[in-house]
Amino acid sequence: MPADTSGTRTGTRKGLRKGSGPRRRRVGAAGGQGVPLPLLLPALLALAFLLVPLLALLVRAPWQSMPEQLTSPAVWQALRLSLVCATAATAVSLVLGVPLAWLLARTDFPGRGLVRALVTLPLVLPPVVGGVALLMALGRNGIVGQRLDQWFGISLPFTTAGVVVAEAFVAMPFLVISVEGTLRAADRRYEEAAATLGASRFTAFRRVTLPLIAPGVAAGSVLAWARALGEFGATITFAGNFPDRTQTMPLAVYLALQSDPEAAIALSLVLLAVSIAVLAGLRDRWLTAS
Amino acid sequence: MTTRPAHRTRPSRSGCSVRRTPRTRAAGAGAVVLLVLGASTACSSSSDDGSSPARGDTRVSGTVTVFAAASLTESFTTLGERFEKANPGTEVTFSFGGSDGLAAGITSGAPADVFASASPGTMKIVSDAGDATGTPATFVRNRLEIATLPDNPEGVSSLKDLTDAKLKVVLCDREVPCGVAAQTALDAGGLKLTPVSYEQDVRSALTKVALKEADAALVYRTDVRAAGDKVEGVDFPEAAEAVNDYSITLLEDAPNAEAAEAFVAYVRSDGGQRVLADAGFLTS
Repeated sequence: MPADTSGTRTGTRKGLRKGSGPRRRRVGAAGGQGVPLPLLLPALLALAFLLVPLLALLVRAPWQSMPEQLTSPAVWQALRLSLVCATAATAVSLVLGVPLAWLLARTDFPGRGLVRALVTLPLVLPPVVGGVALLMALGRNGIVGQRLDQWFGISLPFTTAGVVVAEAFVAMPFLVISVEGTLRAADRRYEEAAATLGASRFTAFRRVTLPLIAPGVAAGSVLAWARALGEFGATITFAGNFPDRTQTMPLAVYLALQSDPEAAIALSLVLLAVSIAVLAGLRDRWLTAS
Repeated sequence: MTTRPAHRTRPSRSGCSVRRTPRTRAAGAGAVVLLVLGASTACSSSSDDGSSPARGDTRVSGTVTVFAAASLTESFTTLGERFEKANPGTEVTFSFGGSDGLAAGITSGAPADVFASASPGTMKIVSDAGDATGTPATFVRNRLEIATLPDNPEGVSSLKDLTDAKLKVVLCDREVPCGVAAQTALDAGGLKLTPVSYEQDVRSALTKVALKEADAALVYRTDVRAAGDKVEGVDFPEAAEAVNDYSITLLEDAPNAEAAEAFVAYVRSDGGQRVLADAGFLTS
C-alpha cells in the first residue's frame, strides 16, 4: 500500500512538469519577434488597464503620514481580523467543499448538472445579494437562524463567526470548481487499483485521490482565501461592522474613504501588499515543488 | 417648435433618476461617482429634446437636475412631482445618494443644477470648490430618534436604556454624518454605548432593525417615518443637541439656472416646507 501511494505521487509530479513545460515555451515564443500589431496593442492596453490603477495607489499614497497611518491599532485589528477570517473561511471551504467536489465529479445522481450550476451561483451573484440571502437564512429572524437562536442561543450576525460564514459563502465555489476540475482530470485507474487491493471507497479517497489532487486543492484554497480576504458586500450586509469583531480590511477601507481618503489609500496599500506577498510566496512554492 | 399642451403626459423620469436603495448602497462607493456622472449626462441630453423654449419671463421650463441626500428621497420625489404640475413644461430629475458621493460628483464636473446636502460639512466641500452660487441656505433640519422593533418589546424609553448590554444596538459609523450626530447625542447625555455594529449609513442601520436583526438603532426621525410600521420611533431629549442642518444651493454651472432657482424657491416655500414637515423634518 505505501509503495502504491508513493508511486502515484511521483506520477503527479511528472504530470505537472509535463504540463508546465510547453506552457512556458509558448510564452517565450510570444515574447519574441513577429507579434502582430493588432494583438500587441490591445494586449498592452489591457496590461496598462490592470496595472495603472494599482500604480495610482502608489503615486497618491500619503508616504509622509504613512508610518502613523499604519501603526494605528485600528489598522492592525482590521488586518489581523481579515487574515484570521479568510483563513477560517478557507478551512470551512476545504472541509465542506472538497467532499462536495468529489460528489459532483465522482458520483452520478439525477439533477447533478443543476446542482453544479447552483453551487457556482455565489460566483456570479453580487456579494450584497449573498449577504441579504444569508440574513434571510441565518439572521436572528431568518428561517434557520431563528431555530439556532431559540435552541442553541447562537446568533451569527454581528459576530466574527458571521464574517467567516459570509466569506465562506462567496469563496467556497472557487474551491469546489477548482477541485472538481482536478478530480475530473485525474486518472481514476489509481482509485480502481486501490479498490481491487481491498481499500474501501473512503480509504481510496483519503490515501489515493487526495494526494493525487493536492495541487488542485492548493490552487482552489488560494483562490478561495484571496476571495475571502477581499470580501466586502456580504460581510457588511450580514456581519455588520464593528472594530476587532467584524471590521475586516475592505470594510475599514470603505469607511475611511467617506471622510479620510488618505487613510483609505494607506489601508488599500496594506491589503495590496498582503495579497501580492501571499500570491508570490505560494507561486514560488508551487514552482519549486513541480 | 410648437408649444406643448399643458396636460401632456410627462416623459418617464425613471431613465434619469438614480435611486439607490440602502441594500445596494453597500455595493461600492467607487461606483457612486460613475453612476452620478453617467446619470446626469443622460439627463442633460434628454433635456435637449424634452424641453420647450421659455415663453415668458415668469415661466420656467426644461429639465432641472437635482442632486439630493438619500434621506430626502421620499419628500423630494413628492416635491418634484408638485413642482412639475405647477410649472408645466418642466421636468425634475433626481440623483439621490450619500451627500459625500454627490459632492464628489459635483466637484468633478457633473452637470447638475441644484445640490441639497444632509450636512453643512458636505456643502462646504462644494462651495469651497467654487461650485455653489451665493450662500447655501439651510432649508430643513433633522434630528435623531431611537428606532425600535414594532411595539417596542424591550420597553426602550430613553437613550440610557440603549446602554443595556442585553440589547443589540446599531449605530452609524463615526465617519458618516448620522454617526457623528449619534456620538454628539451620547456625549450630551454622558453615556457610553457599545453597539453591535457601526453601519455605513443611516438607512442600513435602520434596515437592521426593520429586519429584526438588531433591537434598536439611532437614526433620523425622517427615516423612522419612512419605514412606516416596520419600526417604532422613540424620542429622546439628547437629540436636541445633535440636529443636522440640511442646506440647498443653486450650482454655479447649472445648465438650467432659471428653472433651478424656481425649484429651490419652491422647496423653501410654505408648500414645500409642509411636504418636508410631513416627512418628519424640522422646519423653521
